[in-house]
Amino acid sequence: MTRFLLPLGIFALLAVVLAIGIRHSPEKGVIASPLLGKPAPAFVLPDLADPARQVRSDDLKGRWYLFNVWGTWCGGCREEHETLLQVHRAGVVPIIGLDWKDDDGQALNWLTQLGNPYQSVATDHSGREAIEWGVYGAPETFLVNPQGVVVYKHIGALTPDTWTHEILPRVSGAKAGSSS
Amino acid sequence: MLPELGHFALILALLLAGLQAFFGIAGPAFARDRWSGAVTSAVAGQAVMVATAVACLVASFVTEDFSVAYVAENSNSALPLFYRVTALWGAHEGSLLLWILLLAGWTVAVVLGSGRLPPRFAARVLGVLGLVSFGFLLFTLATSNPFLRLDPAAADGRDLNPILQDPGLAVHPPILYTGYVGFAVAFAFACAAMLEGRLDQNWARWTRPWTTTAWAFLTCGIALGSFWAYYELGWGGFWFWDPVENASFMPWLVGTALVHSLAVTDKRGLFKSWTLLLAILAFSLSLLGTFLVRSGVLVSVHSFAADPTRGIFILVFLIIMIGGALVLYAWRAPLLRSSAGFELGARESFLLFNNVLLVIAAGTVFAGTLAPLISDALKLGTLSVGPPYFNPTFMLSMLPLLALLSVGIHANWKRGRLGDSQRVLLYTLVVAAVLGCGWAFGLYARGSLLSWIGATLAIWIVLSSLVDPLDRWRRGLTLSRAVLGMTVAHLGLALAVIALTTVQSFTIERDVALAPGGKATVGDYEFRFEGVRPVEGPNYEAVAGTIVVTRHGAPVAVLSPQKRQFWVQHQVTSETAIRMHRGNNLLLALGEDLGAGRWSIRIQIRPLVSLVWIAAFIMAVGGALAASDRRYRTARAAVTSPAGATAGQAG
Repeated sequence: MTRFLLPLGIFALLAVVLAIGIRHSPEKGVIASPLLGKPAPAFVLPDLADPARQVRSDDLKGRWYLFNVWGTWCGGCREEHETLLQVHRAGVVPIIGLDWKDDDGQALNWLTQLGNPYQSVATDHSGREAIEWGVYGAPETFLVNPQGVVVYKHIGALTPDTWTHEILPRVSGAKAGSSS
Repeated sequence: MLPELGHFALILALLLAGLQAFFGIAGPAFARDRWSGAVTSAVAGQAVMVATAVACLVASFVTEDFSVAYVAENSNSALPLFYRVTALWGAHEGSLLLWILLLAGWTVAVVLGSGRLPPRFAARVLGVLGLVSFGFLLFTLATSNPFLRLDPAAADGRDLNPILQDPGLAVHPPILYTGYVGFAVAFAFACAAMLEGRLDQNWARWTRPWTTTAWAFLTCGIALGSFWAYYELGWGGFWFWDPVENASFMPWLVGTALVHSLAVTDKRGLFKSWTLLLAILAFSLSLLGTFLVRSGVLVSVHSFAADPTRGIFILVFLIIMIGGALVLYAWRAPLLRSSAGFELGARESFLLFNNVLLVIAAGTVFAGTLAPLISDALKLGTLSVGPPYFNPTFMLSMLPLLALLSVGIHANWKRGRLGDSQRVLLYTLVVAAVLGCGWAFGLYARGSLLSWIGATLAIWIVLSSLVDPLDRWRRGLTLSRAVLGMTVAHLGLALAVIALTTVQSFTIERDVALAPGGKATVGDYEFRFEGVRPVEGPNYEAVAGTIVVTRHGAPVAVLSPQKRQFWVQHQVTSETAIRMHRGNNLLLALGEDLGAGRWSIRIQIRPLVSLVWIAAFIMAVGGALAASDRRYRTARAAVTSPAGATAGQAG
């Protein structure tokens, strides 16, 4: 009899794991991104400010940068905007935006009204670039090192806490290490 | 107007699915035959309503009604008609609708083929299918309604994701889903048998053609997906052990086990509870696949924007369906007794090994896929596993399976002695080992142990599979479709093994930067870059490179990989150029413009990669042949029944 209950038991365990997985996924900060420790995807994308110009990953080689995926339709992005502006003012690391599945006009309005924390914003109307980055919900923020490798990924709205405790130490630590 | 009509039809379909579930399950339970009789009408009504809903959405796409949010997000006025239709399943909402449509189609097929089934049993099967359909309709209406309007309407659409604008991908989801959904039929048969508390050999005979047909579709679907990843994405591989790929592969492995265990239940009345468990498992893994892909709990390079509320809904649905089925199993399976026994070395024992090994393989894939999730839930830190885990563990269960296959098909039912076959097996094994050695070390410059073992096992399967059919053919005896189908599927498997181990061992990959007139030599081939020229497509513009390929000075091909820029989404996709030459698959992709006419070009030479997909297709053909065997049509042949014919055509 017990052996016929075994599958049910295993399934119950699995259901618990999946439930925990769901509960964690929206706010989970560190996640097993397939990109962590791997080169960031190369991109050549139209610039939001001037679609005739391009935002290219090659131009960012040799520098730290934050890659922030956002859209005007996304609530979490409005929430993290203040933090992004602080990061921008700190001037430690430039932020490259990826305006994901968005309307260009609305995105430009948003930046005019709320302030623009980005060095440049690339547009991704189709979501293809976001697929390359393994994004599954905006906002998401990637930290890319001068070798072009993704060293950290944050899912959900960026908080000052994450900035000071997770991102800043990685950047300044590495910079201090290389200069000494 | 049309979207509202479609929405309304979908709501009616939900109600009818509810009725179908209620009448189908409650009717037989309370011995109300009039209730059971009403199930067929509910099925017909639901099918009409679902078809209406799909037709409304297709009409919105075709007429370019950009006031419908889903159409505006996935279509554009410049999109060709063909893709305006296939854009239906270009994203989440429409994919679900397709799932529901296919389930309705399978259910109608079951009704048409259920003439020979006892009426109460048929009602139960349809009732369980109604429950599945109800869950998916509720899911669609509650979290993923494709008929929502945009106010104000969009002037033009955002266009279908360019990577989906490819004929291969256009047909991939319907075929894959037909396979997924087909396992719902096996699941429903299993649940109906458990509700009835009775399972005999007839049950297996009814279930077999459905399961085999679903399996054949799933095989095709996975192969098309892999082909598309290779050909369209230009990712330079055909299998990545990505969660989304694994989600389709796990039901395939368990479905393969189910197909074999059903054979034992059919022929010998054994493995009853095990077969039931596999039927539940195959469908559960299909549902789990949907959950993993849609909920965003797992990170995948394929994952589209996911929504946690959707995840919670699917999880609850999973718990009700799978949990319910497993409770039923724990309650009813102990009642199913098999009286017959078999000796070690009998065909039953080999099929048992087959089942165990396939389930272990599915288990290792499952563990690898869920490892990040489990380690995270247990707070063990983040963990991700890739090919270094999957390749060896998968091979560990597959190699014994392949070795046992040749012996298994020559073993007798019930009796453990091989008799004359022993000598045949030994001879074929020796021949296979010699040929395999020639293959692995003779044909390609550097041999490898893996390719030798792979080739030996594969050639052994080919030779030993052909012994009996050739013998029968020589003596002028006919082969049943079931045996023919089995043989074809096993030959397909052998080809797949040869192809996979060869590709694994002998692929060459190189990135080169070439100026016009520049040359590169890779493997036996020379590549001369002639420069690029502009090309204009219907909704994109592109640059096409011209590359002349020669082998030892003899011309092979002129290939023209493209880089396309789509107008609407300003998105760049890489269109690879592929050519088969002497069994080698040459793949060229245009990389970045390095300035001054120089381009980076990716060159890959993969021996026999096309054979992987051809082999999968052969396996599917084998499945279709087996499913169309007369035996399944004439089981209880009092009533003429179109079931077998339907399955045959569908395959």
